[in-house]
Amino acid sequence: MSYPVEQNEKFAAYAHPERLVFTGWLAAAIDNGAVASGQLVVVESDEDVLLYETGHIPGAVKIDWHTDLNDEVTRDYVDGAAFAELAASKGISRDSTVVIYGDKSNWWAAYALWVFTLFGHQDVRLLDGGRDKWIAEGRDLTTEKPAPARGDYPVVERDDAPIRAFKDDVLAHLGKPLIDVRSPEEYTGQRTHMPAYPEEGALRGGHIPTAASIPWARAAAPDGTYRSREELEALYLGEAGLSEGDDVVAYCRIGERSSHTWFALKYLLGFDSVRNYDGSWTEWGNAVRVPIAKGAERGSFPVALGV
Amino acid sequence: MMTTQALPSALAAIVDDFQALTEPERLQLLLEFSQGLPELPERLKDHPELLEQVVECQSPLFLTIETEKAGSPAGAVRLFFKAPPEAPTTRGFAGVLHEGLDGLSAEEILSVPDDMPELLGLTRAITPLRMRGMTAMLGRIKRKVAASSAVRS
Repeated sequence: MSYPVEQNEKFAAYAHPERLVFTGWLAAAIDNGAVASGQLVVVESDEDVLLYETGHIPGAVKIDWHTDLNDEVTRDYVDGAAFAELAASKGISRDSTVVIYGDKSNWWAAYALWVFTLFGHQDVRLLDGGRDKWIAEGRDLTTEKPAPARGDYPVVERDDAPIRAFKDDVLAHLGKPLIDVRSPEEYTGQRTHMPAYPEEGALRGGHIPTAASIPWARAAAPDGTYRSREELEALYLGEAGLSEGDDVVAYCRIGERSSHTWFALKYLLGFDSVRNYDGSWTEWGNAVRVPIAKGAERGSFPVALGV
Repeated sequence: MMTTQALPSALAAIVDDFQALTEPERLQLLLEFSQGLPELPERLKDHPELLEQVVECQSPLFLTIETEKAGSPAGAVRLFFKAPPEAPTTRGFAGVLHEGLDGLSAEEILSVPDDMPELLGLTRAITPLRMRGMTAMLGRIKRKVAASSAVRS
């Protein structure tokens, strides 16, 4: 059973305002007992595997992108059985309303939301502004770990095609819009990893030809919330040159930062067909004979291979 | 699998503690080390330029070493770290190195195997990127200790 959606002016301008909640809304829902009763499940998903343990929103459970959502052996996400077990153990049922939040402007929270969407979880929302905004507003934190009653979650087969692109899909997509959400240094090929992050095995630097460079964090305001619809349109319709109805693929290094952009394009601007290429640069920058453009120019397609 | 025999005793004891635990307990212990990491002394707090950033760490981590002038000829090496509270994993590993290595001689610190972080049993729970940050932190300490003891000898 879905918990009522947030209503406010900023959200109303978005294509799918029901996908976001405001910190005040969540605090009120907690006060009203929606989390304690299990009607609403709050999930924290961070980059740092220990951050939740230092203090989290009261009643929130933790889902770690690396240990919970990634398959341990294959470079892939967990399967339907593992996801069902994970969800049930966190008190999530198939019809639960799930609100996800995390550190770094919800970077990893958006990634977790995207994985929930691969399994077709219907009602999953982001806390606008995430962990930092909640803390900045002086709201309650606790280190007490909840012990939720098990949820009832069926084994659902993951449906990747609508929102996930693989390398071959991207090759077939060339000529249609791509958004590269990495830093400008990664886009030009000056480096193959984030500034101030370790060098991490990509043999080639640069970007997928024709991709527009819109670093993910530009979709976020200084307080970590998503920018307004008008600002997002200036960024993606204006600067990146997308048009309504476009079929879009977003990518970064492993698909986490691009989940944040995927969310903005899909739910805030209402593009129906947006896929996240989670192989991203750690696959493309190591793949043999795929086209690569270097420098600040987007480059063109078709390109001649091997020259 | 490397054993703890090659490690200085305080560090060996920490590694043994980690190895005796289950994975969730190991993370909890790492959290406790993050909470136990001492604050910088005032003289370093006011001089961030005296610390070096370990750029391989995913979160901002700064460190430096000092060698005590008084005492035995070996000279005890003091370790100083700075990492933000919102980076508990990075702080936790700094806490392990502080408790395991602070006050030892240059020779003892230089004898610690470079892949010591692997011994904590966290390679499944912590991403490879972060494990490399930990290894880099130890590497930076050893380089600084080696440079400092070369100057003195």
